Amino acid sequence: MPDNSIVVDRLSKKFGEFTAVNEISFETKKGEIFGFLGANGAGKSTAMKMLCGLLTPTSGKATVAGYDIASQSERVKRRIGYMSQKFSLYQDLTAIENIRFYAGIYGMADKDIKQQSDRLMQRLNLVDYANVKIEALPLGWKQKLAFSVAVFHRPEIVFLDEPTGGVDPVTRRDFWEMITQTAAEGTTIFVTTHYMDEAEYCDRISIMVDGKIEALGTPEQLKTNFAVSTIDEVFICLARPDANKTN
Amino acid sequence: MRTLRFLLQKEFIQIFRNKSILPIILVMPMVQLLLLSFAVDYEIKNIKLIFVDQDHSHFSALLQSQFTGSDYFIISGQTGQTQEAKNAIERGTCDLVVIVPPGFEQNLFRGGRADVQLIMNAIDGTKAGLSSSYATGIIRNYTKTLIENYRMRSNMGIAPQYKQIEANYSFWYNPELNYKVYMVPGILVLLVTMIGAFLSSMNIVREKELGTIEQINVTPIKKHHFIIGKTLPFWFIGMFEFAFGLLLARLVFDIPMVGSLYVLFSFAGVFLMVVLGLGLLISTITETQQQAMFISWFFLVIFILLGGLFTAIENMPAWAQYITKLNPVSYFIEVNRMILLKGAGFMDIAVHFAVISGFALAINALAIFRYKKVS
Repeated sequence: MPDNSIVVDRLSKKFGEFTAVNEISFETKKGEIFGFLGANGAGKSTAMKMLCGLLTPTSGKATVAGYDIASQSERVKRRIGYMSQKFSLYQDLTAIENIRFYAGIYGMADKDIKQQSDRLMQRLNLVDYANVKIEALPLGWKQKLAFSVAVFHRPEIVFLDEPTGGVDPVTRRDFWEMITQTAAEGTTIFVTTHYMDEAEYCDRISIMVDGKIEALGTPEQLKTNFAVSTIDEVFICLARPDANKTN
Repeated sequence: MRTLRFLLQKEFIQIFRNKSILPIILVMPMVQLLLLSFAVDYEIKNIKLIFVDQDHSHFSALLQSQFTGSDYFIISGQTGQTQEAKNAIERGTCDLVVIVPPGFEQNLFRGGRADVQLIMNAIDGTKAGLSSSYATGIIRNYTKTLIENYRMRSNMGIAPQYKQIEANYSFWYNPELNYKVYMVPGILVLLVTMIGAFLSSMNIVREKELGTIEQINVTPIKKHHFIIGKTLPFWFIGMFEFAFGLLLARLVFDIPMVGSLYVLFSFAGVFLMVVLGLGLLISTITETQQQAMFISWFFLVIFILLGGLFTAIENMPAWAQYITKLNPVSYFIEVNRMILLKGAGFMDIAVHFAVISGFALAINALAIFRYKKVS
């Protein structure tokens, strides 16, 4: 088993005439935080859904945790966690009920579920809210909970689709601490974001433009290549080439 | 199996946490059973009658008095003109015209037979049918009385000497023609059908609307586990509903329960699988709860109106009768009546059972096939 957790080779997805993802190729290493950037509509979510086994690719190949996403998608699903752009825990259940449900589906033992969920509730400071339906919790708390649920079964890779959208700066920092810690434990983090300061926290980033990956490397490399001082500027160079020329 | 346990636990928590579900489960059957069973009554009284007496004889007057004396008819007009009576039918002020032609009495005693004409307003077919049978009943009684009263004098050539063939009705299984007994088992079926179809069709599609289905689809959950997890809770609710309705029917309407309740509940269980499977299928092909609701309605209206409860299946045109063969509701209504009123055993309903099991298998297989984790 090589060190790569995700290997993508010329992966494409077409919806009729429209090519959402156009022959993208990249690899991620185990325990790496991989930032998957791109403007709205660049094809990030589509690519991520293919890697999670929610969408079948039109062409190309990819393996996730060593399994082919087209032919072995159910095996892939056993080894990944996913946090969608739309909040998708059950709002009418409590935090514990959500944790228990997903942990059970991933086949965790009752004893482990009990122990680890208690610990998690303490870490998230949710002990006092054990009987509260999560619809009543603030957004930032919910996002932290959703992330914790996505990694609760200790997946090899976790996919995060804009996990910090609408979250306040302090909670965002907490959130990234959780991400860094999870990566340190060996889980690969595959994350999309529109916050360029967050991109700086990633080990490597890729930037998608119109279905293609136009830049790939560490944040330092990209800044050097484009001769700019922030990832924000790299992003604007790529996403708005016209705007760049007039400057 | 373990996955299923977690799925069921989650579904039950969600169902009972939903504030509108408990009232629906408990109040809906009471209101529907009580309201519908009392309101839907095919017994017809106060049929508006015009008696056109063109004979003006003692015996025509005697016949008229038989009609006026009946509970079913009220005299709505008096005329000697056939045309006038026909006009009344067209205006809708009259349901039945009885015409006694001139020479009625003479024919009766000389020729041994006399004609009476009945004209019915058949816009309401059921009412017309019943009016006709009530009217012929009265005329039959009248003839019988005549024969009995005048037989003694028959040798004087007054009354005809003929042997009459008489049709006697004997209503089995519901001797008093109590419509409650006939309707309640059927309404119970509608109730279970509605609860089952609506609750299940709204369920998966609700997860689509909320976006939670995506989270489910990235888990390694098996398709059939998910479908069973979504079906079983509503199956239990449906069975509870049926038992609850049956109890109400027993307590309030004193519905007989002649046959085996085991057979009845087994059939109900399989029937519910059909309804829930349909709901799930609708759930998988729609994107919003609104769409699911409309499509469920579409099927329910057909099921209910072609179910044999409001219109007897034998009275439908041949092509419609053919459609009812595909209608699970019509099987259950029939079985329900067969078991409760006639005491049918398993062998009597074996064919129904086989058909409904076939429906259940087919529709659930289709629902599992249609539900896709990967798009």
